[in-house]
Amino acid sequence: MTTATWTWLIPLPPLLAFFLILLFTRRNNAVSHTVGVGAAALSWLLGMIVFVAALGVDHLGEHPITSSVGWLPLGDKIFSIGVLVDPLSAVTLFFVAWTVLMIFIYSIGYHNFGQPRGAQDVPGLPPHGATDAKHPGHHVPSVEPMYARFFAFIALFAFGMYTLVVSDNLLTLFVGWEIMGLCSYLLIGFWYAKPSARAAAIKAFMTTRVGDVFMLLGIVALYSATGTLNFREILYNHELLQTLASTPVGVFGLSAAGLIGLLLFIGTVGKSAQWPLHVWLPDAMEGPTPVSAMIHAATMVSAGVYMVLRIFPLLSAGWVEGGDLTTPMTVMAFIGAFSALFAASIAVAQKDIKRVLAYSTISQLGYMIAALGIGAYVAAAFHLLTHAFFKALLFLGSGSVIHGMEHGVQHTGEQIDAQDMFNMGGLKSKMPITFWAFLIGGFSLSGFPLITAGFWSKDEILADAFANGRWIVFAVLALSAVLTGLYSMRQITLTFLGTPRTKAAEHASESVRTMTIPLMVLAVFAIGAGWMGIPNTFPGIGGLLPSWFHEFVGGTLLEPPLEVEFNIVPLLVSFSVALGGLALGWLVYRRAGQTDPLRKPLGFIYTLLENKYYFDELYAWLFVRPAKWFAEQFSYLFLDRQVIDGALHRMARVIFALGRVFRNYFDAPVVNGFGDFTASVTQSLGRTLRKIQTGQVQQYLLFVALLAFGGLFYYLLNTLK
Amino acid sequence: MQIPYILSIIVFLPIVAGAVMLFIPPKNRDLIHRFALAVGLIAFLLSLVVYFSFDASGPRYQFVEKYDWLPALGISYHVGVDGITAPLVLLTGVVIFTGVIISQRIDDRPREFFSFLFILASGVFGVFTSLDLFALFFFYEIAVFPMYLLIALWGWKQTREYAAMKLTLYLFIGSVIALVGALAMYFASGLNTFDMIALEGANFSPEFQNLWFPFVFFGFAVLGGIFPFHNWSPDGHVAAPTAVSMFHAGVLMKLGAFAALRVGIMLMPIGAQTHLPWIILLTLVNVVYGALIAMVQTDFKYMIGFSSVSHMGLVTMGFATLTPQGYLGAGVQMFSHGVMTALFFAVVGMVYDQAHTREIPKLGGLVKYMPFAAVAFIIGGLTSMGMPGFSGFIAEFPIFLGLWDSQPWIAIVAAIAIVVTAAYIMRAIGRVFFGELPPELEGHMHDIQPSEKLALGVLCAFMITIGIFPNVIVPIVQSGMQTVLALLGVG
Repeated sequence: MTTATWTWLIPLPPLLAFFLILLFTRRNNAVSHTVGVGAAALSWLLGMIVFVAALGVDHLGEHPITSSVGWLPLGDKIFSIGVLVDPLSAVTLFFVAWTVLMIFIYSIGYHNFGQPRGAQDVPGLPPHGATDAKHPGHHVPSVEPMYARFFAFIALFAFGMYTLVVSDNLLTLFVGWEIMGLCSYLLIGFWYAKPSARAAAIKAFMTTRVGDVFMLLGIVALYSATGTLNFREILYNHELLQTLASTPVGVFGLSAAGLIGLLLFIGTVGKSAQWPLHVWLPDAMEGPTPVSAMIHAATMVSAGVYMVLRIFPLLSAGWVEGGDLTTPMTVMAFIGAFSALFAASIAVAQKDIKRVLAYSTISQLGYMIAALGIGAYVAAAFHLLTHAFFKALLFLGSGSVIHGMEHGVQHTGEQIDAQDMFNMGGLKSKMPITFWAFLIGGFSLSGFPLITAGFWSKDEILADAFANGRWIVFAVLALSAVLTGLYSMRQITLTFLGTPRTKAAEHASESVRTMTIPLMVLAVFAIGAGWMGIPNTFPGIGGLLPSWFHEFVGGTLLEPPLEVEFNIVPLLVSFSVALGGLALGWLVYRRAGQTDPLRKPLGFIYTLLENKYYFDELYAWLFVRPAKWFAEQFSYLFLDRQVIDGALHRMARVIFALGRVFRNYFDAPVVNGFGDFTASVTQSLGRTLRKIQTGQVQQYLLFVALLAFGGLFYYLLNTLK
Repeated sequence: MQIPYILSIIVFLPIVAGAVMLFIPPKNRDLIHRFALAVGLIAFLLSLVVYFSFDASGPRYQFVEKYDWLPALGISYHVGVDGITAPLVLLTGVVIFTGVIISQRIDDRPREFFSFLFILASGVFGVFTSLDLFALFFFYEIAVFPMYLLIALWGWKQTREYAAMKLTLYLFIGSVIALVGALAMYFASGLNTFDMIALEGANFSPEFQNLWFPFVFFGFAVLGGIFPFHNWSPDGHVAAPTAVSMFHAGVLMKLGAFAALRVGIMLMPIGAQTHLPWIILLTLVNVVYGALIAMVQTDFKYMIGFSSVSHMGLVTMGFATLTPQGYLGAGVQMFSHGVMTALFFAVVGMVYDQAHTREIPKLGGLVKYMPFAAVAFIIGGLTSMGMPGFSGFIAEFPIFLGLWDSQPWIAIVAAIAIVVTAAYIMRAIGRVFFGELPPELEGHMHDIQPSEKLALGVLCAFMITIGIFPNVIVPIVQSGMQTVLALLGVG
């Protein structure tokens, strides 16, 4: 089989698993997870085969692996769909395959496979725990009641992601994109009996949907401008891109490329949770933790960045390296940098261990978007890769922490929030593997110099911004990096260091091996993934390992981007912001009690941050309520029921009155009935009309019909004469 | 498979069966139900045969039969299907079959109920297959009239008379207006024929077309639910019994859109080109306004009713784009919306039968009791919000392509409806099927019948198959729409 054939097969195992589990193996947990994990493993294997094969192709960017078939006939053209493996998709495939497989394995332990069923457990709620059969009176975690269904859903999710990555055109990419949107709805609302989970699921779906609609318009506009949605045909066609970049569309002075690029980018704003469509992501924490890892690291949010990376030639059409940025790029630089800083600041004041990570995700995605906005294509792709690993690690680590805490909660019977970091403390000795994994993840996220993957990718973004003189972006991202160090160390300190703040934390225990092994594997990548992108010009260690990442991924573009000259200033900044932030976090939080030591000194700013700048409230006030008012009061009650129906009823009244005059057709009660009818229009007419005998109405209708046919025959006879 | 006179069989089978049925003793309910099922199944199978033996690359009209009726007036019985009507005939077959299955619970005068339902079906098949304008009107009235009785006699007691009356008046007045336009065409053509293929070549003057096009188009579009003449439809849908709502929203509204296309746009293309550019604004109102109103409904059935107003707006909007993609999308949307809305009404009916309420806030947690219905509703919901992988996307994507080509601003405004649709569908799914079962429903909810599962399964199968293999419908619709485009002189 050719590599292209292997590529076609990559998304299929999870799809099959989805159907198999739902249709056949639903009742058997062991078989279901075997099917699920087996499918993920098979996709992983196929992904690795394709990845290795792709590495072996010379100039993969110019000669990517492709294959396509006709799918949707549109006019005289047939819309083809197919697969494309170029350097960008190969690299994405690599991290997706690894993180997805680890998440699948982790889910087995996370959902307490092998534990007894809880007596009070019901589908739609997190398991409450069961009594241990061997030690009566002891509480142990119980298995998730919808265990099999979980694997079916995440398998479908994986299918969506793989479809998106291997697509050779924007339409099937959109298909994968939407499948993930749907799965995120199903998975965030997995515990559907919790009202907060239901609300979060709808919020996530709706917010991303707003972005998706613009993206769809972008796709439509792109197709109408070029007649194709195939990546190679559009993005590697220099003339076409130049034409698009120089055709004005007459809106805000945009070119066609600019308008389409902006529309598509709004899709990313929704999917990758950038300001102002970021509100759904923190709430998405309502789902089970493997889902958070799936959504926030491996798949959905990465998909948004992947898409803009994919269409970068379109976004940057008309831009030359070092020249003025195009409109979409400027917008991206602004939104990305702003989101990076904005979300990092919120993360500092969150208590929930997963919410901190959620805001950190928004912030890190902002780095990538900003990087792309200033043209640092390779740096953005690099950060996407490293972030996927360290963020998956952090999420799975936090799940492990929560799991350990829940164990303690069940053991002690204490009524506390197992996700609140101020209930934790001192977990380092109870959960050593989780601690080390989390530490690596946190350090990588903060960009701990030289060792961690996060350092290399973040440094590359900063160096690029510096070298190209994008001072504002550089300053904002550097400032965000300080905050990143601060909240990462805050998290580590509060959770693992010091002394336990609650009894539950004292009784926390390390998670099972199906959970810790994925942590270890991801920890390796959270460090090692950075080494393939060490710039050749880096003093000392540069060139020790070949920096193939830049060359390889850079080859995706028609004109490979230049490598940035080494400069000591951004490097020193990178060093100091990461270490400074971490040190600050440790100093502030090492002796923290039950309240945040920053609460007092920051005052109302802390309240502002804690409440996420009140964006949820603002949106409710700005969009949700006016939309409801418009729909209900104006459209429905006023226009539809009062104006249109009112006119109809008034007309009916006139006709009926005429009938009375001419034929005395209706008796007094009916006519009297009309008196009431201005008061409650609809109901009263309904009540009134009910009084009309069926026979009479039929007569009336017959009259209308006769009139029609009479007219017809009159005309017909006229012509016959 | 070649079945001679297949179209005549399809058209007259239901009405004959409806008449035969009246001879079954009313006490023999089992036989009545079984007979109805058999008729529904045969109609479905025949429509499948027509659909799958239709050759998209063959002649324009296939399975043609033509006999003189009133030769002096140029009236003939002339039937045939093209690429536009082949899917609609199939749709009618699907909905009649599933509708009969869903009606197995009817125990108030089932004999008359099914008899009227079959008369209605004959009328619908007749409109879709008629190539003669007179016959088209004839069947149109046959289709509309039983509706009144079905709603007024078997409908929801609180509003059935009001709704039946409102619906019938709207539709009759609409059809009378259209009839005036049609007669104007008949006389102006000077061809002394009602044959629509002949009338296509009548070359009406632009002044004539500009004057009469709105009559014909709006006269029929009333049944397609065009704004501001849409108000009969939610009221009618809600008051009607389940199978009738399915038929009504699923098929009858297509009748309006189809006739507006067949008689209005195709016979008076110049008039269409003059008027459709402003009519598109009305369809835009349909799409967005219907969705907004659906969002604030607390009655489950009203919500679906208004969603039909919104989705049918996409069909007329596709027409109004005057682009090849728009027409293709509209053609697919007619089928897609038909099966989708039939499914919605079927599920709503099943919920109502057991819970005896349609208030969304008073429902909840039904997924535990009727998982199959819940999944089917979700599939319908995904179709309605244009999710790729389902037929709705195959319809909406070309419509938006066409819209963007002709009037991008309208595309942007119309896109709001996609978000709003997702909002009300997700809200309904979340409240009705998930959430908690209200205590007063405890013990009242149970799973649906296997036959009902079959009906929902058939409807879902069409939505998914088209979504994944658009090739099963797109070439056929395209071949039909090519004629329209040629008449319009675009594409």
